[in-house]
Amino acid sequence: MKMRRISHEMWQPISSEEREKEKIDRPSMTYWQDAWRRLKRNKLAMLGLMMIILIFALAIVGPWFSAYSYSDQNLLRGNEGPSEDHLFGTDAHGRDLYVRVLYGARISLVVAVVATIVNFFIGILYGGISGYMGGRVDNIMMRIVDIISTIPLVLYAIILMVVIGSGLKSIIITLGTIYWVKMARIVRGQILSLKEQEYVLAAKTLGASIGRILFRHLIPNAMGSIIVTMTMMIPSAIFTESFLSFIGLGVSAPMSSWGSLASDALGGLRSYPYQLFFPSAAICITMLAFNFLGDGLRDALDPRLRK
Amino acid sequence: MGRFIVNRVFSMGITLLLVITITFALMHAIPGGPFTREKALPPAVMKALEAKFNLDQPLWRQYVDYLGGVIKGDLGPSFQRTGVTVNKLIEEGFPISAKIGGLSVLLVLILGVPIGIISALKQNKWQDQLAMFLATLGVTIPSFVLGTLIIYIFSAKLGWLPSYGLKSWKHYIGPVIALGGFSLSFVARLTRSSMLEVLQQDYIRTARAKGLSEFVVVGKHALKNALIPVVTYVGPLVAAILTGSFVVEKIFAIPGMGKHFVESVGNRDYTVLMGITIFYAIFLVVMVLLVDITYGLIDPRIKMDE
Repeated sequence: MKMRRISHEMWQPISSEEREKEKIDRPSMTYWQDAWRRLKRNKLAMLGLMMIILIFALAIVGPWFSAYSYSDQNLLRGNEGPSEDHLFGTDAHGRDLYVRVLYGARISLVVAVVATIVNFFIGILYGGISGYMGGRVDNIMMRIVDIISTIPLVLYAIILMVVIGSGLKSIIITLGTIYWVKMARIVRGQILSLKEQEYVLAAKTLGASIGRILFRHLIPNAMGSIIVTMTMMIPSAIFTESFLSFIGLGVSAPMSSWGSLASDALGGLRSYPYQLFFPSAAICITMLAFNFLGDGLRDALDPRLRK
Repeated sequence: MGRFIVNRVFSMGITLLLVITITFALMHAIPGGPFTREKALPPAVMKALEAKFNLDQPLWRQYVDYLGGVIKGDLGPSFQRTGVTVNKLIEEGFPISAKIGGLSVLLVLILGVPIGIISALKQNKWQDQLAMFLATLGVTIPSFVLGTLIIYIFSAKLGWLPSYGLKSWKHYIGPVIALGGFSLSFVARLTRSSMLEVLQQDYIRTARAKGLSEFVVVGKHALKNALIPVVTYVGPLVAAILTGSFVVEKIFAIPGMGKHFVESVGNRDYTVLMGITIFYAIFLVVMVLLVDITYGLIDPRIKMDE
């Protein structure tokens, strides 16, 4: 075969007009930059994010700036309506409801943090290994998840609380033992489809270890659905805690949680409805904020909607 | 299909066996026996009590006996209420809870699905915005807040509804709404989003191009596929309503299973606690199996033989 020589004269400089045509005008954006940009444009989602930050900031610093502590009793001023002294009024023992609602927010914050840690560490690892290994390992691991998820969380929590006593500690233990199953399922599903992609094959060919493939290649690519799932798991953990506290199994007095405050208010509902109003409003606002943020994130992280 | 059901029933059995074993182990791991009182009972009484409830037997023996009882459908006596068996409590409480729970499931499906469909068809019009506004509120309000709100507004302020008991149809309105409110909103949102997705697909355009009426396109072609996610939600729905009953029965003072369960937690009635937990587990597992079978019948793409 005879090679054709490309002579020097065949090259020509392109005109400036043509160069302009080829230029990539927009700066290239990573997936996360794009998602964040789209999230910022979603007003409801940003409102949700602000509200979550505000609620938890108040939960942390709020009680320091109050003249009362969550357990200060003043029986002479029991069941007082909202006033300048007591922003949300007082309960039957004369405890300041504003501080107690903020204290409840702290409990919710603790629950949220625990739920996040459990989901991130156990859920992702479990689902990742199960999905990546496949075969018999996957089969056994998913059977365990199936068995755990047949029984509702609340039922587990109640049984565990009877054994180890009710309180914040039990809620944390319950969440820690079983709260990762949903995340594990979702991560597994993602990994199952991701592991067939070429870049995984390339990484394998280069001799990357399982850990490296899982943590550097697969999980970062599944992060979108992991985050969307997180925004559903956190409020549902907060929900569960207030539910348990409402039926008398959560944190014990004098600590307060939104659920136990609502439960305490039940008896005097006809005379002191504000005692129910404030903790209930706190739960609803938090749930609403997480919902807005979750919906916004789902839209922002959906690659099909990327422009 | 047959093999699928056999497989599922088998794994169901294993799940239940594990649940029973774990519950049994936990209940016997509690420090102090069920008859530990502030004032110690005389040794003779203690001994008689233990003999009565088989607590003097070795643990494995108690376990085998209990398991045998569960298989025969006997959940044993209550520790705290003399002469009352767990079976009797379930017989009393379950029909009441099932009635309220069943009505809630009906409410969720009968109202939630059409609301979702209408929202999807009227996307971004006022009907959709109103429905989705309400549905978003619905998923953010916990059942105990919704229940107490209903009592406060409709019983205490307006006097339209009774606040406790179950004597007439009016008594059911509050509990059923409080129990189903969350799931109703959830189903409406789920139906809407899955309907929107289905309506964009090619076969819907084909159906429209063929000149089929909008009613046939939506009611026959779109609905079938749009309902699949809703069917998968029925299992979690039953679980949500079951646990929701703990709270709703407390608020509305309804003598159902949930109330017995929460009470038995309060007074440490271990056999009742164990019995009702196992009953709930069996009930849930059977419901989930039924949902899975229906799911397979509706959606032929699901391969049952795997």
